Amino acid sequence: MSGSDRDALRAYEERIAALEGKLRAIEARFDGAPARGFDFKSAAEKYGLIGAWAVMILLFGLFTPTMFSWPPYTSMLGFNAIIVVLTLGLIIPLTAGDFDLSVASTLTLSAMVVAILNVKEGVPIAVAVALALFVGIIIGAVNAFFIIYFRIHSLIVTLGVGYFVNGVILWVSNSAVVFGQSLSSLVGVVFSARLFGVALLFWYALILTIGLWYFLEYTAAGRRLLFVGRGREVARLSGVKVEWVRAGALVGAGLISALSGVLYVGMRGSADPSSGLSFLLPAFAAAFLGSTVIYPGRFNPWGAFVAVYFLSTGILGLNFLGADSYVQNLFYGGGLVIAVSISQLVRKRQAMD
Amino acid sequence: MIPSASPKTESSLGDALVVENLSKRFGGALALRSVDVSVRRGEVHGLLGSNGSGKSTLIKILAGFHAPEPGGRICLFGADLPLPVHAENAKAMGLAFVHQNLALIPALSLTENFRLTRLSSEPNWRISWQREHDAVGDTLARYGLRLNPRAPVSSLSAAEQALFAIVRAVEDLGADEAGRGRLLVLDEPTPFLPRVGVDQMFSLVRRVVAEGASVIFVSHDIDEVMEITDRASVLRDGALVGVLETRAATSADFVERIIGRSVKLFHVHALANTRRAPAAEITDVTSPGLGPVSFEIGKGEIVGVTGLIGSGFDRVCGVVYGAQAATRGRVIVDQTDAFDLAHIDPSAAIAAGVVYLPADRLGAAGVGGLSVAENEMLPVLSRMRNRFGLDRKRIARAARDLGVTFDVKPNAPALPLAALSGGNQQKALMAKWLQTQPKLILLDEPTQGVDVGARQQLFAALDAASLEGAGILVASTDFEQLAQICHRVIVFARGQTVAELSGAHLTKETIAECCYHSMTRIA
Repeated sequence: MSGSDRDALRAYEERIAALEGKLRAIEARFDGAPARGFDFKSAAEKYGLIGAWAVMILLFGLFTPTMFSWPPYTSMLGFNAIIVVLTLGLIIPLTAGDFDLSVASTLTLSAMVVAILNVKEGVPIAVAVALALFVGIIIGAVNAFFIIYFRIHSLIVTLGVGYFVNGVILWVSNSAVVFGQSLSSLVGVVFSARLFGVALLFWYALILTIGLWYFLEYTAAGRRLLFVGRGREVARLSGVKVEWVRAGALVGAGLISALSGVLYVGMRGSADPSSGLSFLLPAFAAAFLGSTVIYPGRFNPWGAFVAVYFLSTGILGLNFLGADSYVQNLFYGGGLVIAVSISQLVRKRQAMD
Repeated sequence: MIPSASPKTESSLGDALVVENLSKRFGGALALRSVDVSVRRGEVHGLLGSNGSGKSTLIKILAGFHAPEPGGRICLFGADLPLPVHAENAKAMGLAFVHQNLALIPALSLTENFRLTRLSSEPNWRISWQREHDAVGDTLARYGLRLNPRAPVSSLSAAEQALFAIVRAVEDLGADEAGRGRLLVLDEPTPFLPRVGVDQMFSLVRRVVAEGASVIFVSHDIDEVMEITDRASVLRDGALVGVLETRAATSADFVERIIGRSVKLFHVHALANTRRAPAAEITDVTSPGLGPVSFEIGKGEIVGVTGLIGSGFDRVCGVVYGAQAATRGRVIVDQTDAFDLAHIDPSAAIAAGVVYLPADRLGAAGVGGLSVAENEMLPVLSRMRNRFGLDRKRIARAARDLGVTFDVKPNAPALPLAALSGGNQQKALMAKWLQTQPKLILLDEPTQGVDVGARQQLFAALDAASLEGAGILVASTDFEQLAQICHRVIVFARGQTVAELSGAHLTKETIAECCYHSMTRIA
């Protein structure tokens, strides 16, 4: 080694030592920070929507004091639990990076299957419910087959399958509402029975929220689902069976959407061929708005739960103020776009794929 | 300096392109340091350099992708080109590019592709397709290309597509009127072409020059540069290290200027001179552009694979891991697990103790938006369970320990992976795999975008893994690094292994020698 080489090496090593010193200083600062605990900015990000919810109730309450009474909330919590369940179904494939536009159709078909089998065919209610859930699994599996085997974008497949299912619904129902006394046993365990004045339906939705939260956060399968959605190639190269995970997510969405259909029959005591379809946009709005809170940047069950009730509280308040039913469309449609815009800000405006 | 009296300015009037004092800084690093290049009229001028030498930065400045540092000057056919370069400006002054990605639209016809710029920029209310087809056919024929202008570009072979793109670029500049020159930049056009295609391209280049244009030929391949160019400029570490008259130069002159010399910092442990059991036996690996090749990796041995772009070496790791499909091939790991590479997927490879760290750090190796801990723990989630499911505390502790072992800075596992520097991302991703105690480690360009300090730590981690008996395969184009960390290096060309270097023969000079001369030798 020549003299100049050695000098260069020594200069280089000195430089590295200096840089390492600096790095240690930065680390010392960094290690101290989280120990202090409360980070206002991230807390505001996580729980901002809950704060906004409280502010909204206060504002409406200034104009219509009924906002501060409990009864309207008991029915709101019950009715909108259907949307909570549907949204929970939707965020499973969303987490895996796939859209499912057929969830609302699955809800409606499942409700129709329960009603027709039970009322018209006299099938016991438990069997009818099991078959309805099975129909949901089948729809999820059909979606998965076309999306994964033919490698078609999920938007296209689930749009088509959803529309196809709508046709099936009109066909099997003759485009008519199906209702009957025999459904009352289902209504009994879903809507009539109450806990703290709120229909059991709401508590079912709450239990399912906890269950899905546990699955996504505390199981290896939930972690894999997250990696499949956020970095499909990374997941594949880390040994995750990406195709099976995606298929499982779509089947899971089918199953939970079908469950929301069963709950829908339990709430209404009837099944009608169209009204379930109007839940699609609220579910998407809640899924995306929910992805900006609690675990910002991720679709998450608690976020979805909070978002559904945030949006429906807003609609409740506007109704008290005498607004027409079109405010629902304004609120959910606007909510979806604003929610996605916020989540894009969280992601620092990277292009969506 | 008085500009009008300067002899340099005088002589540059006759030049197609004069670049003076051009610099470019990325963050703290100078990618280009006051480079001067001049290209004469009617000349084919080579631009050579290894990865990171600054030649792509120079081309990107000319093409207007990067703005240079103030103080530089670019002069095209005697007129100053305003900096930073605007693509339309450069084109109006006679500068055209053909990049490796040819910018053709495969589904459209030759005519549509040929007229793309004109169709998209001029008002066209009535296109006579008959006339356009005929005109394009005639133009192509003038350059010796017999192609059907109505056929879609996707029906052409790779070589024909390249030739077509070159003709299009030259013709787009319009006729050489009133002494305004034409300068065509060919940016690494050859790596994916078969030898015949290269010959065709060279005769086309000569024809283009005969029509009065000048050409800049950017390449890795010394043999090609010596064949087609009149003069060549060589860049290294962002600086111009020499301009050679091709006819007078030998390939040794080129090699010496391309690789230069510098200080070594880290040495891996020496291999004991005994015969070792193989960590992996790789037989008849074949995939598009690669093989069939066979070789062995011993336990505790670090083997490098290298070659020029298009030589197929960069596919080896992915194919052995099952990340990309192989048409044929077999791998036996640790003398026990045998795999048919045509039907292997990554999960099976991992189960057998094979791990793979791809070069695309935030696209294929890790997810930037998820935390360091989540990224690191993905392969070992099943170990992180307790009675109630995933144990958050254990995961955080394990990630923190990995951070200490592999010196990830800052050691904050909750941070998103993308928040770390390139070198620390790589340490975390290396930790992700090394914690599984693999038997065979496959690495693609493991130190790309990694600073020098972190490099030495990565090397030390690899060395430690090899001491524990893992076989390591490193695919890289950094010859110096390969010479530094490998016990043995296998050189690829045209999908075949052409040389194997070890012991005293393993230096960056010999690796470069084998790479740069292998292309024509085996063709």
